Amino acid sequence: MAAVQETVDRVRAIDVDAYKYGFVSAIESDVAPKGLNEGIVRFISAKKEEPEWLLAWRLDAYRRWLTMEEPKWARVDYPPIDFQDLHYFAAPKNAAGPRSLDDVDPELLRVYEKLGIPLVEQEILAGVEKPRVAVDAVFDSVSVATTFKAELAKAGVIFCSFSEAVHNHPELVKRYLGTVVPSTDNYYATLNSAVFSDGSFVYVPEGVRCPMELSTYFRINEKNTGQFERTLIIAEKGAYVSYLEGCTAPKRDENQLHAAVVELVALDDAEIKYSTVQNWYPGDAEGRGGIYNFVTKRGDCRGARSKISWTQVETGSAITWKYPSCILRGESSRGEFYSIAISNGRQQVDSGTKMIHLGRNTTSRIISKGVSAGRSQNTYRGQVSAHRLATGARNFTNCDSLLIGSECGAHTVPYIEAKNASAVIEHEATTSKVSEEQLFYCQQRGLSAEEATALIVNGFVRDVLQQLPMEFAVEAQKLIAISLEGSVG
Amino acid sequence: MLEVKDLHVSIHGKTILDGLSLAVKPGEVAAIMGPNGSGKSTLSYVIAGKPGYEVTSGEVLLDGENLLDLPADERARKGVFLAFQYPIEIPGVATMTFLKASLNAQRRGRGEADLTTPEFMRRVREASQRLKVDQEMLRRPLNVGFSGGEKKRIEILQMTLLNPRFAVLDETDSGLDIDALRIVSEGVNALRDPTRGFLVITHYQRLLDHIKPDVVHVMAKGRIVASGGPELALELEKNGYRDYAVEAA
Repeated sequence: MAAVQETVDRVRAIDVDAYKYGFVSAIESDVAPKGLNEGIVRFISAKKEEPEWLLAWRLDAYRRWLTMEEPKWARVDYPPIDFQDLHYFAAPKNAAGPRSLDDVDPELLRVYEKLGIPLVEQEILAGVEKPRVAVDAVFDSVSVATTFKAELAKAGVIFCSFSEAVHNHPELVKRYLGTVVPSTDNYYATLNSAVFSDGSFVYVPEGVRCPMELSTYFRINEKNTGQFERTLIIAEKGAYVSYLEGCTAPKRDENQLHAAVVELVALDDAEIKYSTVQNWYPGDAEGRGGIYNFVTKRGDCRGARSKISWTQVETGSAITWKYPSCILRGESSRGEFYSIAISNGRQQVDSGTKMIHLGRNTTSRIISKGVSAGRSQNTYRGQVSAHRLATGARNFTNCDSLLIGSECGAHTVPYIEAKNASAVIEHEATTSKVSEEQLFYCQQRGLSAEEATALIVNGFVRDVLQQLPMEFAVEAQKLIAISLEGSVG
Repeated sequence: MLEVKDLHVSIHGKTILDGLSLAVKPGEVAAIMGPNGSGKSTLSYVIAGKPGYEVTSGEVLLDGENLLDLPADERARKGVFLAFQYPIEIPGVATMTFLKASLNAQRRGRGEADLTTPEFMRRVREASQRLKVDQEMLRRPLNVGFSGGEKKRIEILQMTLLNPRFAVLDETDSGLDIDALRIVSEGVNALRDPTRGFLVITHYQRLLDHIKPDVVHVMAKGRIVASGGPELALELEKNGYRDYAVEAA
């Protein structure tokens, strides 16, 4: 309960108009000129001193992108994006490679402090030996701080920025890059393939259980900078890794495009758990200035009995277009998707998952909790398909929506496709409202309307919160209350 | 301590309370009896501050302070408690979590510190043993899948922990078997003290066999139409409400 109370205190402390994380830090950037053309793609690749094959891969994606059209099927509405009016590369100036925290720009450390990031990591940054979380901080586009690297190396785990991986482990990058999300996959993933800046790379060797949770905090900082993160996680046979991703962004007047790609590969008996707490700037009360989040996240259960589990808490962004998916290729592999998507104000969320059953006896589970408040629109869009050869495939989907107030919308769009008679697919869905009766009951016991709403919503999403690592769950509870701020009259 | 003065209340233009006046003294247990539709539940909701009721005139005073200007949570913090006829389900919120949240919200509202977890647990254990509420039930989401009797016992458990100045029991006997009725009544009786007031709303004499009222009021058509001692309840049990209903009409 402490967390809920704390949440409420936090909610109270927040000025309605001032997005808590809306500040701009003053680290100088190395910025590419606005616009997108082959020259920019080459500039990015050259800046990062990439090998020829990667430049060729980028250029191929860029040429493909020119022939593609923006997807229009999502239930989101926004003015056309001028892709020539964005910067495609920005790197903090000191990025030439600080290898210890002493070398890290103190301004950056202050940014983290302002962000309240994350108590756990602050302790680590301060050298407190307690929880075992390794942080690979992606600040604007270049990783500038990596901790615990040595200990991970001892276990044989590679955890580094994507650029470092390109230089130090080119054979791994070459073998896996684009094998889950091909560079031709969709408009935004293809754009990302052409201009991706940096991201994280994780490789867990055969039989290794990663000794700590891996954590990356993404942050958008440069004015008008499209962010194109690229993350690749590979778990070899029998390996296990849990990866946490959390995001905040400073306030902006203009919309910011974010089009990340995350690829996960799990080989035989491997397990990858990927958790996200996303809290990007959602825009002002009229929806101006928020982040556009067009993300492609996909995991490939390539090996037999492998398992990939996505857990997400989505509270931010003006527009969210995101479907973390699993391709269940290996026999008896398993995919899971646990989601809390909260929208308030003018936010538009179109999110869900895809579970593609290709192998025999593959199983998947989808638990989605959507909470809409204000004048937001919140859509769950999910696909479950069982291939002709995926005999014995099983899926269970539970999709609940909660409405707060009468001006918001909740929509559920499931696509279900079974091509063999032995597949069993279940879909449950409910839509409910935070009722006057519930609010009155809680208030009669002394809870304020805000406290009551936070309590009811936290109850509604409990099944999913329980899937998060402990320290993340606490953060998530706070975020939930913060993002519902102002939703009760 | 509680004074209701010439209260007129309507919903969607329909008059429900029509000049109701009532006073409950400290230490007093006042029963309100009356036929269906006489406005008993409306009275309890208006005292507790449920939105949606239009108070066209009149006052509800607790210790001289007008409650009608305050939202429900502030009234609760001032010591008003309503035991609901139909307690509300809060899915996903463990009963224990809810108890702690409400207790601490009230304490903070009064400028007191949160209870420590051991102290909170001690109080919950004590009260729940008395009300025959087992610990397993406290881990379940509040009121979800609870039987009628369980819901009412949890209401009285909340009342015990929140320790209100003035409590309204809205048909707490409905849906209770005779054993549950006895347990609930004992829970209420344990809270009777010279500074606390109770308003017990019921259809039936049987609750009043267990919770002995000091005063009985008869309500019909949105007004108190008769008041007396406990014997009035017995008379109603015998003759029904017909006389009063006609008289008010």
